[in-house]
Amino acid sequence: MNDTLSKIEKRTAYTLLLPAVFLVFAIVLFPIFANIWISFKDVQLKDIRIPEPRAKKIVKSIPEDKTKLKIVYRLRNSSLIEDINNIKFSDNLPRNIEPVDLDSRCEFKSKKIKCDFGNWEAKYRENFEIIIQNTNNDVIDKNIIKSQKPKLSGDADNILLTTKFTLKNFKQVFNENEFLDLLLTTFYFTFFGTVGAIIFGMFAAQLVNQKFYGRTFMRSILLFPYVGPVVALAYTWTLLLDPNSGTLNALLVNFGIIDKPINLLGQKYMTLNLLGFDIKLRLALTTVIMFEIWRYFPLAFLFILARLQAVPKDLYEAAEVDGAGPLRKFINITLPQITAILSILFMIRFIWNFNKFEDIFLLTGGASGTRTLPINVYQQGFAVSNIGMGSAVSIVIVMLLIIFMIIYFKLIGKRANEI
Amino acid sequence: MRYKPLLIYLFISSIFLTLVGSIWKIMATLQGLKLTEINFNINFLLALLLSLSLVFIGKRINHLIKILVLPLIFTFIYIALNESAPIWYNVGILLISLFFTNRVKNYNLNYLKEDFVSEKIVFDFLSLFAIVFFAFIILFPFYLMFVTSFKLQAALLYNPLDLSIDFTKNISDQFKSYLVIFKTYDFGRYILTSSIVSIGTVIITLIFAIPAAYAVARLNFFGKTFLSTSILIIYMFPAIVLVIPLYTVFSQLGLRNSIEGLLIVYTATTLPVAIYMLQGYFKSIPKEIEDAGLMDGQNWFGIIIKIIIPLSLPAIASVALYVFMIAWNEFLFSLMFLDNPKSFTLSRAINHLTGDAETPRQYLMAGSVVVTLPILLIFVYFEKYLVSGLTAGSVKG
Repeated sequence: MNDTLSKIEKRTAYTLLLPAVFLVFAIVLFPIFANIWISFKDVQLKDIRIPEPRAKKIVKSIPEDKTKLKIVYRLRNSSLIEDINNIKFSDNLPRNIEPVDLDSRCEFKSKKIKCDFGNWEAKYRENFEIIIQNTNNDVIDKNIIKSQKPKLSGDADNILLTTKFTLKNFKQVFNENEFLDLLLTTFYFTFFGTVGAIIFGMFAAQLVNQKFYGRTFMRSILLFPYVGPVVALAYTWTLLLDPNSGTLNALLVNFGIIDKPINLLGQKYMTLNLLGFDIKLRLALTTVIMFEIWRYFPLAFLFILARLQAVPKDLYEAAEVDGAGPLRKFINITLPQITAILSILFMIRFIWNFNKFEDIFLLTGGASGTRTLPINVYQQGFAVSNIGMGSAVSIVIVMLLIIFMIIYFKLIGKRANEI
Repeated sequence: MRYKPLLIYLFISSIFLTLVGSIWKIMATLQGLKLTEINFNINFLLALLLSLSLVFIGKRINHLIKILVLPLIFTFIYIALNESAPIWYNVGILLISLFFTNRVKNYNLNYLKEDFVSEKIVFDFLSLFAIVFFAFIILFPFYLMFVTSFKLQAALLYNPLDLSIDFTKNISDQFKSYLVIFKTYDFGRYILTSSIVSIGTVIITLIFAIPAAYAVARLNFFGKTFLSTSILIIYMFPAIVLVIPLYTVFSQLGLRNSIEGLLIVYTATTLPVAIYMLQGYFKSIPKEIEDAGLMDGQNWFGIIIKIIIPLSLPAIASVALYVFMIAWNEFLFSLMFLDNPKSFTLSRAINHLTGDAETPRQYLMAGSVVVTLPILLIFVYFEKYLVSGLTAGSVKG
């Protein structure tokens, strides 16, 4: 009895889970593994479409003889690189109409023209003509002939399914001198973006945890940058930072803080003179990091605030009795209470910033020294149109991610559940 | 007499007053006022004077008289020292100094003798300044977006500092950019597409996630622990590593440029977090209630529909709003999958607008307002639910 019950339970569980698990497998897990496959192939963007035989039907009248019509099929192989084998063609003719002098590759049977075109190499083109006539010697209606679409079929290799592999993509990924720069840029962006967002989030959380007039309003608007659509916000920022008509540059010039506008998103380096040292700042990257911090500190704020509100009030009261000032209270009570959440936040945000694509793409498109690994996936795959390379870069990202996750679960994975 | 708290108070409060004054000056400049000098030093000294007199007067004269007279004097000196400006600007200065005077009304020489008073002062002004700072940096871009959508490209190029809206124009001129994006750029269609995609994603995600979450929360089956840990791990994999395989497969299946394709991808990518959030809530529902349902002869379908769903409406609302937000704001997949303007979502359409360098920016910003406003309104209205959704889901983003 119990046994059957647990069997039913199991079966129910699998039924309930199946749709969700299937979908996630198909759309999330399958592509991750498919990347491995594609990354070992030499695939360009234009190769993706499966080659197909195509035919465009053109019907021409023959002035001398109204009972006859000429049909021209413009045949071609849609692919520029792949052959198509075993091509079969068929087209229907209305009643009482038959072809005259049919091509040797074709036969006419039960109102159907059937042809066997054999193999077409890549880029193949042919104009295939048939003359048809009405057996009753009537005029043929052109439109009826036109309305009939020819059917074509053929066997072609799907480039994704062939077993031709190459190491070219990975060689190219790692051989590039740029790879180290790419990695450094990604880490620079990720690290400072994460730390900055956490620091700002901590200040904001500390602020909202106090009582003041307009506190609920403040809490709402603090989340705006995260809730707003990235496209709208990124373009607003581009407008704000624009060197020619951007508000920020105009303000700085107006108040005499800078002499001429700075192209904050388009200039790779800026030399700063600090205490007699010339420091070369990655300007565009820094600006992108600022945007990143602006957009994601609300999340850190949300997490830290939730934790702060859970800190028992009597801890602070006891500290007050012991004569601790605000700074002591912050260092000795608040900080130890939030270190756990800070480390989790750091790890999670680090992983997510590492994969950030949209923000950089919309602000700079990866130009002026802001090319990170995710941007490179897009550029290789779609700008350079090399799908295989894009996949290879994706694989590098996945590998690094797995390393981060192992570190994450080793360090704080267990504690994460307690919070 | 301890001098340290006094000096700290004077320094911090003057800095605060000067910074707030500078922000006001910046805001005024952006209304087209020709102000070109921040005059930080002079105004700092002036603020120092005000702070000093306030702390020395303390409670010696009536509070009301104090906060009425001193700011007035302060404002007059300010006007004399700074560039000439219209009345409304100087009224702003008066209000700021009024606020400041009221704020420091408790500060006097006796108060400065208390324990930890310097730390308290620093914290007090830091948080005051933080309020102004955060409000400014967050709201300013939104303000810029909104205002720019009402301005003309030529006017902005001529004077980027004049963000003032000309209210004398008639309504159709005023909202011209909005009319244009709806008429010429077909934004009505994109709003519809975006809404269908977002609401569709929410519905399908819930249909898939609720049963799955129920199974994870309540039923015993082989592979349960594995499944619940892998949910989180799968969730950590970013969209960018899925893009190329999905693009190739979708191209071959003809799912690009289709709403169905977007629905499938959005649902699959939000499912893990939806399941994760829902199962946590389902676990908190007392099992006895379900047992009663079982006694009544309900099967699992009946239990989910009649017991679980009505009891977990808040959690479902959180998930729904979170998923809606993700789908509405999503950009990467819509960029990759949609290149036919007929099937654009709002985000993709705005991105498409920038492809043409000739597109005036007020249209771009009007489009941005159109995509931003709904999600912000939903957020403000359902803040409670969305915040709990964000907290649970914000491992991602």
